[in-house]
Amino acid sequence: MNIQALVDEIPVEGEYALEGLDFIARGEQYLTFSLGIEQYAVDILSVEEIRSWEQPTHIPNAPSFVKGVINMRGVIVPIIDLRIRFDIGEAKYCKTTVVIVLKAQHENQYRTMGFVVDAVSDVLNAEEDDIKTTPAFGGSLAPHYIIGLVNVGENIVTLLDVTALQTIPSHQTKQ
Amino acid sequence: MSIDLSQFIPTFLEESFEGIELMESSLLNLAQGDDETINAIFRAAHSIKGGAGTFGFNHVTEFTHLVETLLDEMRDGRREVAQKDVEILLDSVDCMRLLIESIRDDSDYDDSKIIATSALLTTTLNSEQTSTINTYEDTADDVIEVAANKLDESSTVVVASDTDSNKCHWAISFVPEHHLVQTGNDPLLLLNALKELGDITISANCNAIPSLTEFDATELHISWQVELITDANYEDIAEIFEWVEDDCQLTIKKVQPASNIEIIDENINRDGSNTSEDKSSATPEQEVVVKPASNASKKNSNAVSKSKVESGSIRVGVDKVDSLINLVGELVITQSMLSELGNDFEPSKISRLNSGLEQLLQNTKELQESVMRIRMLPISFAFNRFPRLIHDLSKKMAKEIELVISGEQTELDKTVMEQIGDPLVHLVRNAVDHGIEATDIRLANGKPEKGTITLDAYHQGGSIVIEIKDDGGGIDRDTVLTKAIEKGLVDESSSLTDNQVYDLLFEPGFSTAKALSDISGRGVGMDVVKRNIQSLGGRIQVESTLGQGSNFKVFLPLTLAILDGQLIKVGSEVYIIPLITIVESLQVQDAQINRTSGDMVLYRLREDNVPVIPIYKLFNIPAQNKEISQALLVVVEAEGQKVGLMVDDLLAQQQVVVKSLNDNYQQVEGVSGATILGDGSVAMILDVPSMITMALKLAKTQQKSHQAAEEVVH
Repeated sequence: MNIQALVDEIPVEGEYALEGLDFIARGEQYLTFSLGIEQYAVDILSVEEIRSWEQPTHIPNAPSFVKGVINMRGVIVPIIDLRIRFDIGEAKYCKTTVVIVLKAQHENQYRTMGFVVDAVSDVLNAEEDDIKTTPAFGGSLAPHYIIGLVNVGENIVTLLDVTALQTIPSHQTKQ
Repeated sequence: MSIDLSQFIPTFLEESFEGIELMESSLLNLAQGDDETINAIFRAAHSIKGGAGTFGFNHVTEFTHLVETLLDEMRDGRREVAQKDVEILLDSVDCMRLLIESIRDDSDYDDSKIIATSALLTTTLNSEQTSTINTYEDTADDVIEVAANKLDESSTVVVASDTDSNKCHWAISFVPEHHLVQTGNDPLLLLNALKELGDITISANCNAIPSLTEFDATELHISWQVELITDANYEDIAEIFEWVEDDCQLTIKKVQPASNIEIIDENINRDGSNTSEDKSSATPEQEVVVKPASNASKKNSNAVSKSKVESGSIRVGVDKVDSLINLVGELVITQSMLSELGNDFEPSKISRLNSGLEQLLQNTKELQESVMRIRMLPISFAFNRFPRLIHDLSKKMAKEIELVISGEQTELDKTVMEQIGDPLVHLVRNAVDHGIEATDIRLANGKPEKGTITLDAYHQGGSIVIEIKDDGGGIDRDTVLTKAIEKGLVDESSSLTDNQVYDLLFEPGFSTAKALSDISGRGVGMDVVKRNIQSLGGRIQVESTLGQGSNFKVFLPLTLAILDGQLIKVGSEVYIIPLITIVESLQVQDAQINRTSGDMVLYRLREDNVPVIPIYKLFNIPAQNKEISQALLVVVEAEGQKVGLMVDDLLAQQQVVVKSLNDNYQQVEGVSGATILGDGSVAMILDVPSMITMALKLAKTQQKSHQAAEEVVH
């Protein structure tokens, strides 16, 4: 028995005030976007912001899908082109090209990265039951990127895992 | 009482570490009859004990209590300050550090050392007991009480484990002072806390309550008698009353229904918080103490993983903060002047605008310097640990060594400071082990018996130099060279300069020590030292005279966050070369270009042949200029190697703030970080040593593919 335990018994004001946020924290909303003609989605809580395309600074010897880094209010943020990475559609940069900046936890620190997509579409509500497993026939996407599939009307949306998206293999000098 | 105590724990830890450091350095300087120093040590120990008690870190309290008792005897003059006791106290300080670190890291600790040291302390305390009685017979009462205290202190170490099973009957008398409730304490909470310890019977004494006319509702006139049957020990009960012990008459008695009862009353209201315990249970403490030690050492022998949590706070002198506030004040004035100017601007005011901007530049620069100074700490933070290290090492090696420290007020960036500690320890150990010779050899060479190691720090240009100098045997060039040839590090035929020979010391696995010692000599470490220093952007230089001693100079940048850079352009990309690495920049002259050994481009710079590295090739980017003949060359130097970087254009020189690529991306070869330029765009900062490694790798693969091609032909 110590004083600390006594203190713990007394509820501190505001301790339970965050309860109401639970329904958001469950993460059942997703931001959908398109790559070529296909629809994809990421957990909406990991979306930091959506920006227009700007020419990033090249990183020496980076893989082709890493377009470079930009300055986002003093933070250096790498830009990844998902179309090149997943080999879907055509990587062209115009006024409607958008960058979705995603933030996710890696081990014990947060990482912020921007992802180039063709267009941002909608916010999708999906219950856990709606998420279906991916058939193992496999497209070009490695299965570890994919959480599952959701039917939206006639279309299918692929839910992507943000942490997997942010994992970039370390690059070496091109020989 | 609804204060979240845990928010004060970081402060407690910080103060404890300061206290421990103070104890250590004072102990090393402790002389006979130096009351002021002993008092200082005692006070430090006492604060740590008090703090630990408040937060419920009982193991720290118990251990520190032993230390405090020993110090108390020294303070009162009841005990001579013997070297033996000082050694025990130094060990105890180590244990306290171990305990506090385990709290900080929330990890386990190797309690075998703690138990062994507390056993030592106990023995020391007890050994004095008999002699104390002999010497001070007239104050017998006093002495017996002291002896009793000593006994139960020793028992607290043990009792904690073996009283668990048997329930005791305690009688507690709690007579609060009238003002107790005014200090924010609620007796009900205390009694509730007692209730949780076991079966309880409480009777309140309301006799002292005054009549209604004289009654003051803010005063407390009730006292309580509590009967408690619990398996908790004395400390657990006393802890509940810890916060009120100055505001009450508290008596905690052990009432045992069994026959041989001996009760020592303890009135906590007295100075200090001594413990009381049944004497008979404490007598066989000597044997009991040793057993858990052996068990524990087995249990915990596997290495304790030391996860270091980087502490997030920094102590800043008030003067630095004041100067910062002044500067911000000036900045605000400049800003308001400029915005007023902008309100109704006309071309005639352009000179005022210019002078305003000038002022803004000045303010910003000063502000920047001032902010950087906040991160600067005097290097004594890193040097402080060395007196102890030398003390321990010289005892272990039976060498007499004097440590001379100077320039400890030189300031260094906090991050650099944290990371330079270990490499410095390694260099100092080496100086003791390999540098200073054994006493008989020293005498034979006509040197003073006592070896000297000098630690010095000073500014030189834009960097800080830390020197570790010894007056020992120096580095034997021939031994090093023979060993290097033996290990195949160098060719027998090659002729090396002294510096190149000394550089061999930093090769992995290199050691010239004839015998291994547990201090150094395995050849692991010097390479790590060099790597650590390089990762901080610094370098190490060795000077040595055989028979006279060696001097290791560590050059470190003042800060890691900002560097002076040269902006260059390759193709459409802007890069930054750290100014410190640049030797010179020049326009290529055709006559000086040499192509040798299969299209290797060398540029003749006075008598040096400098290999040319085209950045566009290394980074696979388009460039305006791929021909060396018209290019600009920036000659840089890293690790003693000069190379010429071929660039398209030289732009401005400016200070840049280093931002890590690691945070959101990963380490990139050839690049040490990124920065944001004036126009908001990002530029990469080139890492010259890593670029050289890249170029070497590139050359190797070219040679390999060439070789492969050759083999195909044959």
